[in-house]
Amino acid sequence: MISREEVEHVARLARLTFSEEELVRLQQELGKIIGYINQLSQLDLSGVEPTFHAVRLINVLRPDEPQPGLTQQEATANGPVVEAGQFVVPRIG
Amino acid sequence: MTGLTESADCAVQQNQGGLDVTKLTAFACRELLASGEVSAVELTRAYLARIAAVEGAVQAFLLVDEAGALAAAQAVDAKPRQERGPWEGVPIALKDILCVKGVETTCASRILKGYVPPYDATVVARLRQAGLIFLGKLNMDEFAMGSSTENSAFKVTRNPWDLERVPGGSSGGSAACVAASEAPWALGSDTGGSIRQPASLCGVVGLKPTYGAVSRYGLVAFASSLDQIGPLARTVRDAAALLELIAGRDPRDSTSVGLPEPVGLPEREDLKGLKFGIIKEFGEGVCQSEVLEVFGRAVAAIEHLGGNCEEVSMPSLERGLAAYYIIAPSEASSNLARFDGVRYGYRAPGCQDLYEMYVRTRSEGFGPEVKRRIMIGTYALSAGYYDAYYAQAQRTRTLIIREFAEAFGRYDFLISPTSPTVAFRIGERVADPLAMYHSDLCTIPVNLAGLPGLSLPAGFAQGLPVGLQIIGPHFSERRLLNAAYAIEQALAVEVAAPVERLAAEEANL
Amino acid sequence: MTFELLEGWEAVIGLEIHVQLKTRTKMFCGCEVTFGEPPNTHVCPVCLGHPGVLPVINQKAVEYAARIALALGCRIPSRTIFHRKNYFYPDLPKAYQISQYDLPLGVDGRLEVELDDGSTVTVGIVRVHMEEDAGKLVHAGGASGRIDGADYSLVDFNRGGTPLVEIVTAPDLRTPEQARTFLTQLRSLVEQLGVSDVNMEEGSLRCDANVSVRRPGEPLGTKTELKNMNSFRFLQRGLEAEIERQILALEAGEQVVQETVHFDPVTGSVFPLRSKEEAHDYRYFPEPDLVPIELSAEYLETIRKNLPELPQARKQRLMEQYGLSRKEAATLAFNKSLADYFESLAGVTGDPRVSVNWVLGDVSAYLNANNLSAADFPLSPESVAELIELVRSGRISGKIAKEVFEEMLSSGKRACLIVEQKGLKQISDVGALVEIITKVVAAHPGPAEEFRQGREKVLSFFVGQVMKETKGQANPQLVNQLLRQYLSGQLKGNGPGEVENLG
Repeated sequence: MISREEVEHVARLARLTFSEEELVRLQQELGKIIGYINQLSQLDLSGVEPTFHAVRLINVLRPDEPQPGLTQQEATANGPVVEAGQFVVPRIG
Repeated sequence: MTGLTESADCAVQQNQGGLDVTKLTAFACRELLASGEVSAVELTRAYLARIAAVEGAVQAFLLVDEAGALAAAQAVDAKPRQERGPWEGVPIALKDILCVKGVETTCASRILKGYVPPYDATVVARLRQAGLIFLGKLNMDEFAMGSSTENSAFKVTRNPWDLERVPGGSSGGSAACVAASEAPWALGSDTGGSIRQPASLCGVVGLKPTYGAVSRYGLVAFASSLDQIGPLARTVRDAAALLELIAGRDPRDSTSVGLPEPVGLPEREDLKGLKFGIIKEFGEGVCQSEVLEVFGRAVAAIEHLGGNCEEVSMPSLERGLAAYYIIAPSEASSNLARFDGVRYGYRAPGCQDLYEMYVRTRSEGFGPEVKRRIMIGTYALSAGYYDAYYAQAQRTRTLIIREFAEAFGRYDFLISPTSPTVAFRIGERVADPLAMYHSDLCTIPVNLAGLPGLSLPAGFAQGLPVGLQIIGPHFSERRLLNAAYAIEQALAVEVAAPVERLAAEEANL
Repeated sequence: MTFELLEGWEAVIGLEIHVQLKTRTKMFCGCEVTFGEPPNTHVCPVCLGHPGVLPVINQKAVEYAARIALALGCRIPSRTIFHRKNYFYPDLPKAYQISQYDLPLGVDGRLEVELDDGSTVTVGIVRVHMEEDAGKLVHAGGASGRIDGADYSLVDFNRGGTPLVEIVTAPDLRTPEQARTFLTQLRSLVEQLGVSDVNMEEGSLRCDANVSVRRPGEPLGTKTELKNMNSFRFLQRGLEAEIERQILALEAGEQVVQETVHFDPVTGSVFPLRSKEEAHDYRYFPEPDLVPIELSAEYLETIRKNLPELPQARKQRLMEQYGLSRKEAATLAFNKSLADYFESLAGVTGDPRVSVNWVLGDVSAYLNANNLSAADFPLSPESVAELIELVRSGRISGKIAKEVFEEMLSSGKRACLIVEQKGLKQISDVGALVEIITKVVAAHPGPAEEFRQGREKVLSFFVGQVMKETKGQANPQLVNQLLRQYLSGQLKGNGPGEVENLG
């Protein structure tokens, strides 16, 4: 129901990595689940609007007024690696 | 709720010189504090002692904040009684999916181990403002994904009615905590049944409010269009009071509207003139016969109270599970992408470059169920699949909403068993995700439609709790809780699990 | 700098512009929008993407975005929603950007662009939409501060969450110069709306381009996305380089690959960014934490009514009201402060022709040389008007006026004062002039004879000599007239005081 290549592709999109055994099992499990959810694609719902919000609301906006935020200390307190008040990440390129 | 008190059931038995919390509702706690019979510190100590006594068996808590709780209790005691709010000094425990400023919040995940939120969730701020005492953070399925709390990265919570069985999930810690009297009440969250199903399995009251009644700001998001925070409690009145404390429109949550009217103290005594629709699709063939038997007795009780019950067929609901297992993982895959090791939480050590950091952090930090759902969600949203999956699921959702709306044109409430089965054994379903997903069959459509749903203890099958699910139209919490109250009084089911006895038996084995 | 397209080829260019709005707070939270502040000092749990946070839309940002959309002639659909654009990058705290996808704020607009040669080109505006900005990444440890070779990077989220408006044009531009002119005029328009500083150096205006080439009449070629041009000049150079690269490739028999191309400001060249990662799959879906926006007709009408006079309209009015040429009117209309200055000056002098000559001439030269806007021009319209009046009344010559102008700028003194102090008054005293003329003609008998023989051109030589003698202060028209008379014998210059036959 889902190919090994697709599983690997989706894993890359999701920034996840799996061992060989995990991939094999995942392919099976996902295949089953996708097979199950595929039942919806058989329904002809062409005239039906999708519902993105269960309760209908529009125009929820806020005024352009400053609100207190965090200090640099508070902002970086949970950072795994911090330097000069900024979050450090390893080589991108 | 000022001025309203509940006088009936605050019978307090002094047990060996200590307070017997297994007999206390939140209202009872409030009474004791108001009368001065007990101080906030004494009350908090009593619950901490209870936790110390039974946590070894129950494992409901990820964190018990003894120091914080006592400090807060002391602050309450320092205030003259006349100046206190009605709920000041009453303890509560919170599912570890709610951000509490300065207190580690993990969502039962390794990827958030050590994360200390710099802010309070809105509901937490409201409870803090009302003077409630936070006992600690409760165990859950990792990121609320699960129906048994076995997906917690840290521990397995056990059902206080049978320690070898699951408490349900994902708010398993919340339900077990209340059933074991470790707190008079607790907050949980519900995306596909995560309050109601554990409430059913643990024999307590659990309410998922209408979508938008309670602010989601500070609730770590699983599925944004489905998540709601709600109360787990021993009684309907307690649940109503806790709902009132947390509900309300929040400018920080664009999807919140609050409740249109105060819930008040539920006091309905009969169900005359009310029509109940029994959802046919959640009956035979789906639910265990033992569960249906207990359910049948509840239906009889409803009719005895003057309510009119008849079967109603709602075929679109059968598609609910499939729609849910597209919508929820899709939204979750996006909501959980922020866990990338950059700004907080776990970061895999020794990574050479950014890509490696992302994949190793996330693969090491997330548990298998979370990764599975992220994969499903990413797949369903990926190029070429959006319309066949996500959009199609949202169209299915429209059909479900329509069908509910149509049914509420004829019935005041819809009912069913909350869970197809009683609590299953720990380890029984972990190998089969799809089987695990079926635990939520009866509860999921309620989230898809954004309706309020309550689970009420209805009785026992093989010594294990069975819950009755009552569903109301949008924003009908007041009527819903009143109807539930009447049924609760009629059924009079015991909610305090005999945890010590079970723990002792286990110790003797 | 002109760029000549290689023969037989046509370039097709579309632009993607990002405008940073100058609201007080960010798009989805109450943090202040700032620039140049210490890192991570204007952030909150929302714009840091902490667990559990939710966005709330800034109503001013919506208003500003609507202004832009309406000023560009867009249609505003009855309902607009936000989408999540999902991808992983360290400057994106939620790992998705809240943006707009298939229901943007504005569609189907246009902007008429005045080209240098006086022609116009209408550029379609495909869409205008709202989104939030990412944080700022600084690459450390490498040589040039660039991403390649950097050991690690630092992230500052102060900028993260700032409201952006994205404007996407149709591929209606045909040359790099057109693109640059378009951007210049778009920038001016947006600035006049008061919604952004639109400063490319500061990053409040950004522009990427989509470029392809084809033989005229043929279908569109493969387009590339050209990025990293952060000035108007670089935009033009980048486009020139990319167009050339594509043409050379095609002429060599290669294919143009659809990819992102990076402009290098140091070398002026472009190179494809061959990323080892997958092409982005953004997995767009409607933002579940936000509800739709439906702008009423009344609301839009209020915004429309309050739009300032836009450049096209101003251009028309300047032409009609002041009799300016199309080119003059366009130059002014797309430079608001300059146009404001012109209209003030014309109001004082009552002479639009002279005023526009000064404004587009000496004033603009000064502003350009000093990189100033007319709003910062040190001389008020009144003081320049005073100078103009001195010329008009004949007290000084036009040439001297230029000197006085320079002096006004450097000394800050008034025109009258400078003329007095430097004795720059135009010499219009006939007697004095005749005396000088006599001297000059006597010194050049040859040319004098040539003039008498009918060589008109020689006159200007003599005028020049007289001007030289008088250090430019002689009234040139009078000199001209007197010289003629003198050389043709109508006038006898014997000495001071002797004057005959002044016609």
